[in-house]
Amino acid sequence: MNGEVNLVYVYDGTLEGFLCCIYESYARRQVPDEIRCEQSQATFFDRTEWIRTDTAHSDKVYGSLAEKICLESQDFIRDAFLTRHPEKEILMYRFIRMGYRMGRKVMDFLTDDTVNTLTKAVRNLHREAHLLKGFTRFTLYDNVMVACISPKNKVLPILADHFADRYPDETFLIYDKTNQMALVHKPEGTLLTSMSDMTLPPIEDPEKAYRTLWKCFYQTIAIEARENPKCRMTLMPRRFWHNMTEFDL
Amino acid sequence: MDILEKLAILADSAKYDVSCSSSGVGRNGQSGKIGSAAACGICHSFAADGRCISLLKVLMSNACIYDCKYCVNRVSADTPRTSFTPEELSDLTIQFYRRNYIEGLFLSSGVLKSPDYTMERMISTARLLREKHRFNGYIHTKAIPGASQALIDEMGLWVDRMSVNIELPTEKSLQSLAPQKTPEAVIGPMARISEGIRSNLADRDHFRHAPKFVPAGQSTQMIVGASPDSDLRILRLSEGLYQKYKLKRVYFSAYTPVVRDPSLPSLMTEPPLMREHRLYQADWLMRFYGFTSDEIVSPKHPNLSLILDPKCAWALRNIDHFPVEVNRASYATLLRVPGIGVIGARRIVQARRVGSIDFEGLNKLGIVMKRARYFITCRGKVDVGVVFSPDIIARSLLSARELSLIPAARGGQMRFEDLPEMREIDGAKKDVLLLNPTNEVTEEYERRSEFGICV
Ligand code: SF4
Repeated sequence: MNGEVNLVYVYDGTLEGFLCCIYESYARRQVPDEIRCEQSQATFFDRTEWIRTDTAHSDKVYGSLAEKICLESQDFIRDAFLTRHPEKEILMYRFIRMGYRMGRKVMDFLTDDTVNTLTKAVRNLHREAHLLKGFTRFTLYDNVMVACISPKNKVLPILADHFADRYPDETFLIYDKTNQMALVHKPEGTLLTSMSDMTLPPIEDPEKAYRTLWKCFYQTIAIEARENPKCRMTLMPRRFWHNMTEFDL
Repeated sequence: MDILEKLAILADSAKYDVSCSSSGVGRNGQSGKIGSAAACGICHSFAADGRCISLLKVLMSNACIYDCKYCVNRVSADTPRTSFTPEELSDLTIQFYRRNYIEGLFLSSGVLKSPDYTMERMISTARLLREKHRFNGYIHTKAIPGASQALIDEMGLWVDRMSVNIELPTEKSLQSLAPQKTPEAVIGPMARISEGIRSNLADRDHFRHAPKFVPAGQSTQMIVGASPDSDLRILRLSEGLYQKYKLKRVYFSAYTPVVRDPSLPSLMTEPPLMREHRLYQADWLMRFYGFTSDEIVSPKHPNLSLILDPKCAWALRNIDHFPVEVNRASYATLLRVPGIGVIGARRIVQARRVGSIDFEGLNKLGIVMKRARYFITCRGKVDVGVVFSPDIIARSLLSARELSLIPAARGGQMRFEDLPEMREIDGAKKDVLLLNPTNEVTEEYERRSEFGICV
């Protein structure tokens, strides 16, 4: 590689595709400067190489994480892939290379910039997922429960188990507006799928009545003498509010 | 009266209860049932006062035969009275739960007719939820002081958590403010629950399918600032309760004046929020940081400083324990450093396995260096500009605004020893952002708050 040209691996945007980038980098003895998914823009100085997804290769790389680093590193990489960090791929790439060299110790290397940034991004993902376990609001249309969320990270794969476990016999749908995905659950099973848009009919009674009751409870339960808007904002940032029934936004 | 009006009244009269947490028990969902419980608890919303909303917190009834002076529901108060029926309340809970508004129900009540009658109504509600609605989520109920043991035993089998409120930390205060409640009426049920939990755990060792009794444990609550009791009394009592009855939590509630009475603070008094916050910090120190109440308050200084958090205050009083070398100190020692919390200490221990840590590394680990830097060395080095003098450190730890509240500091004369007496900050707390200390800790809350005021 020469100094001016960026070597960019382009993959199909799936985790398998990303793992194939790792495979190819070792097979081709190259060190990419960037790894991007196919929708992103190339610049004039890029030398792009398209990496084909081959599940035999990705399986091999995925298995090697457990063998050469540790079992937890598999979860870590899967989670890191769901984060919203704009450079997650190249960070994950560097993390894995480092892990092959250091073994499981790489997980503890929190003072290293790559490990630190990636760990923080994963923490941010889990924190957002945890908040949304509480902040997600369902609306009932007959017996189907529908919710809309606008998270920054791809939290649905993490939320899937929680909600499927909580409402095993219900039919529900959670639409992630940001990432255009949906989680669909029926008593027979749970499914993640892509979904570009969602329009819902206006709500009627008794749904309306329950919303009114909930708003009433929400407003009543605060103690006026302790009002503390800053504290509320810190614990429940405004960006969540427009999907929550207790606010008229 | 329709359900909306009832809810407005019965939520309004329940709001002074602090606890709303849904933690302490993890339970997976089950086909044929609705609901699950998360061991760490889940907050579903935050009210305008910044307090977490996790459970539907209401009273069964706000009619009460007792006359506790500090309470909005006392028999002598002129206020509209109403009660939920068990059917109404269980329906409402399940409808809220399906929409993911809540984790479950927190049910308390005024004493309607008699303690036992009230308990029976509450038990019916819990039972309807579990049996008719197949509800598998979280239920927290109060045990009514003076209720019979048989009813406490029964209630314990339907719910996850039970609590009996101590309300006031001394018998004298209880006598003067809640004359119909005796210490025995409060401690009796508490002891019964604790015994029930203990023997149930033993049973479950032998019979795996023995029904669970109060699996999320019990908690209690004390009102702060309604009586003249010191922090020393409050903290010693809390410590005793944790040890003797294995309580999961002791909650503190800053007294909000609702009644004019010569034995109570005047209606103009602001709730002592800063004091409440400091008590929670002290409570945290006892539960997670290995401190005893004696280390935090003493007969000589029976009240917590409002200006300095209790961990910093302890460190300054014991400056000979410092500095601590972060690369060698044990986990327990790290925990005692101001600015290093449970998560921070864990991360230090983790990162040390790879190599030694410098000041920049500590920053990356999320240690609050603003406080920690005065108490540590990294690879034997003290941070630039740090002098080991309690007076100088105390001044550096306070913000300019806080310093301006201390008359002695204005002349540059402030001594650390003078700090514990500084109590006037409470009146000026309005624009200080308090983190809600009753929330269960999650990493980021803790990192931001590590005992401080987050601005
Ligand atoms: S028994 Fe409870 S509800 Fe009744 S007056 Fe006393 S504190 Fe209030």
